[in-house]
Amino acid sequence: MSQLQEVSVDQYRHLVSERALTGETMLLNMGPQHPSTHGVLRLLLELDGETVISCIPDVGFLHTGVEKNMEAKTYQKAEVMTDRLDYMNTMGNNLAYVMAVEKLVDLDVPVRAQALRVILSELQRIASHLVWLGTSGLDLAAMSMFLYCFREREQILDIFELVSGQRMMTTYIRPGGVWRDVPVEFEKAVRDFIKIFPRRIDEYETLLTNNPLFLDRMLGIGKLDAATALSHSVTGPMLRASGVNWDLRKARPYMGYEQYDFNVPVHTEGDTYARYLVRVQELRESLKIVEQALNKLPLGPVRSDNRKFVPPPRSEIGTSMEALIHHFKLWTEGFPAPKASIYSAVESPRGELGVFLEGDGGPKPYRVHMRTPSFDNLSPLSKMVKGHLVADLVAILASTDIVLGDIDR
Amino acid sequence: MEAKLEPIVKALQAKFGGSFEEFRGEVHYFVQPAQIVEALTLLRDQHQFELLSAQTAVDYWPQTSPRFHVIYQLSSLAQNITFQLRVPVNGDSPTVPTAAGVFDSANWRERELLDMFGIQFEGHPDPRRILMPEDSDGHPLRKDYPLGYEEPQFTFNFEDIDLRKPYAKE
Amino acid sequence: MGVEQKLGNMGVVTTTLENVVNWGRTNAMWPMLFGLACCAIEMMSAQSSSYDMSRFGMELMRASPRQSDLMIVAGRVSRKMAPVLRRLYDQMPEPKWVIAMGDCASCGGVFNNYAILQGVDEVVPVDVYVAGCPPRPEALIHGVMTLYEKVKADKFVPTQEK
Ligand code: SF4
Repeated sequence: MSQLQEVSVDQYRHLVSERALTGETMLLNMGPQHPSTHGVLRLLLELDGETVISCIPDVGFLHTGVEKNMEAKTYQKAEVMTDRLDYMNTMGNNLAYVMAVEKLVDLDVPVRAQALRVILSELQRIASHLVWLGTSGLDLAAMSMFLYCFREREQILDIFELVSGQRMMTTYIRPGGVWRDVPVEFEKAVRDFIKIFPRRIDEYETLLTNNPLFLDRMLGIGKLDAATALSHSVTGPMLRASGVNWDLRKARPYMGYEQYDFNVPVHTEGDTYARYLVRVQELRESLKIVEQALNKLPLGPVRSDNRKFVPPPRSEIGTSMEALIHHFKLWTEGFPAPKASIYSAVESPRGELGVFLEGDGGPKPYRVHMRTPSFDNLSPLSKMVKGHLVADLVAILASTDIVLGDIDR
Repeated sequence: MEAKLEPIVKALQAKFGGSFEEFRGEVHYFVQPAQIVEALTLLRDQHQFELLSAQTAVDYWPQTSPRFHVIYQLSSLAQNITFQLRVPVNGDSPTVPTAAGVFDSANWRERELLDMFGIQFEGHPDPRRILMPEDSDGHPLRKDYPLGYEEPQFTFNFEDIDLRKPYAKE
Repeated sequence: MGVEQKLGNMGVVTTTLENVVNWGRTNAMWPMLFGLACCAIEMMSAQSSSYDMSRFGMELMRASPRQSDLMIVAGRVSRKMAPVLRRLYDQMPEPKWVIAMGDCASCGGVFNNYAILQGVDEVVPVDVYVAGCPPRPEALIHGVMTLYEKVKADKFVPTQEK
């Protein structure tokens, strides 16, 4: 176990202002255990009274060694690690990783599986935004938001449990399709959700959007202009709140996103309120996609029948020797992937979730790198908080919607 | 190769020489460490690559020259294309000039590479570890760093492992 | 024929000090807000409207270790976080209890590698382990109930060995 260390201001000399060295300003430690840092993030703040002069984020308190651990597992088994990276977006992480594997080994996915993936990852986007809305409401003293948002989130988790048996860590999306077809109750469960959810969004908006107390805390706080955002590789709702219309679902459609009609909300102010608006509007857009995908959910298989990569269904194993051999081979050895590297990205609720995958001809990935959006979305924090009060820092941090598991990997 | 990528590869070849690879429509272009800052600036200013999507590295140990490839994954929003630059780096004292002056996001990414691979970035404004504790040694993502695997406990070896476990005191 | 029967209608009950104190401890146990990873989200669910842990006197999540008597370690503990965790534990006033929520906190879970502690019992003594990745909110509540049983059986004077 490493030890807690004494640090001196000298170590941060290049990051703080001159005045900190003379003791004129105060250095304050915030976190890693702090209710409003959304996980184990540590911030070192230089304060002049209440005003933040500089802010040094310190991450890594949740460093999990996922990338190294994935190298020791086969392509299929490494997938369970991806759920646990960005734990608000488990389906989306599965999708990103699985798409990378499919691109590396050149595997096709049946249309029904594609549509199911879209429905589930959009539901996941809604769930993720709900957690964000609830917890950032909590940070701004709107406690009831938390209770409302988690109520709706439960409904989505119930759908996930219905299809996969697990509430959060589903690992439902698998290379070549999905684990198994959805049960018959699936459609009704999703329809119920589609029916009640628009009213619930209205409810949230009545509570927050024009609430003067909320506006006071959000308007004009934590501005981020488009050029800085791009240079910091900020993506997702944060980038769209700064006026850049960039959404991978539109720009490079995957999984048949081009068939669905939806808008990409863009705001130009770049402050915390704009980020709030973008996310709340995305809730409605995601719901639109879910509805369209459900309406034209095609019938057919949900897994590719390429037995070199996809294990046969359980029912076949009892009757076919060949199926048994494939099953055995795939789960003990895994499938080989070419000696090459690819990069594939999807739009997660937080931005561009990219997977860099390099194979070495064997059944285990030689190198996996997850390009996680929170890592980059946090990096301009010190620029955004400069000159604001400590209380605003909480609002700004909440508006970045970071997930520490996503940053530290 | 995609038509939009051709002029970019031509421009890079004219300026730096070097070779490229292609796989499933993605182009990986190799440049030397000394050229990387110039290449990134060229791509950003003249070919509209506004976004450094990812920056990572691969360790090809036990091969030593080059041992690492530092990878720069660029995206262009205006043209909607991606492009990859690869920089081969040798194993003994791996050093690359920093890209933090070109893209701000390279600052943290290079700290991560320093932490995980031990690649030094010359001229980096803030060369500290980012993910691992400051006092740890070694660079976990190098291939010669052990995974740190702990044996799972089964009935037959439960006692042995339990004795070895450092249980905490009150 | 206890004294309760004679005095019952006068509003007086007799019991042992142990029982009263343990009853008090179990009915207002304040957990520390110590979310680390994915399990923390399930811990939040357990607090939210559907599961409502406040039914068991736990609606107050304290952000400060000085005000809490239960530490729910919800999530994986990295080697960088471990000393922080230990310091927070040391800051909690006696008596204190620890629940290791989830596989990671109990034994390292799926992460058997250099970065994650293989069980938080390497740094703090654990009273109850809750299995699951993540445990359902019901499982967490069951873990808390199990802890209550343990607290209720607490003896103030160590039983003398004969
Ligand atoms: S036990 Fe599972 S859900 Fe909990 S922190 Fe570990 S990986 Fe996450």
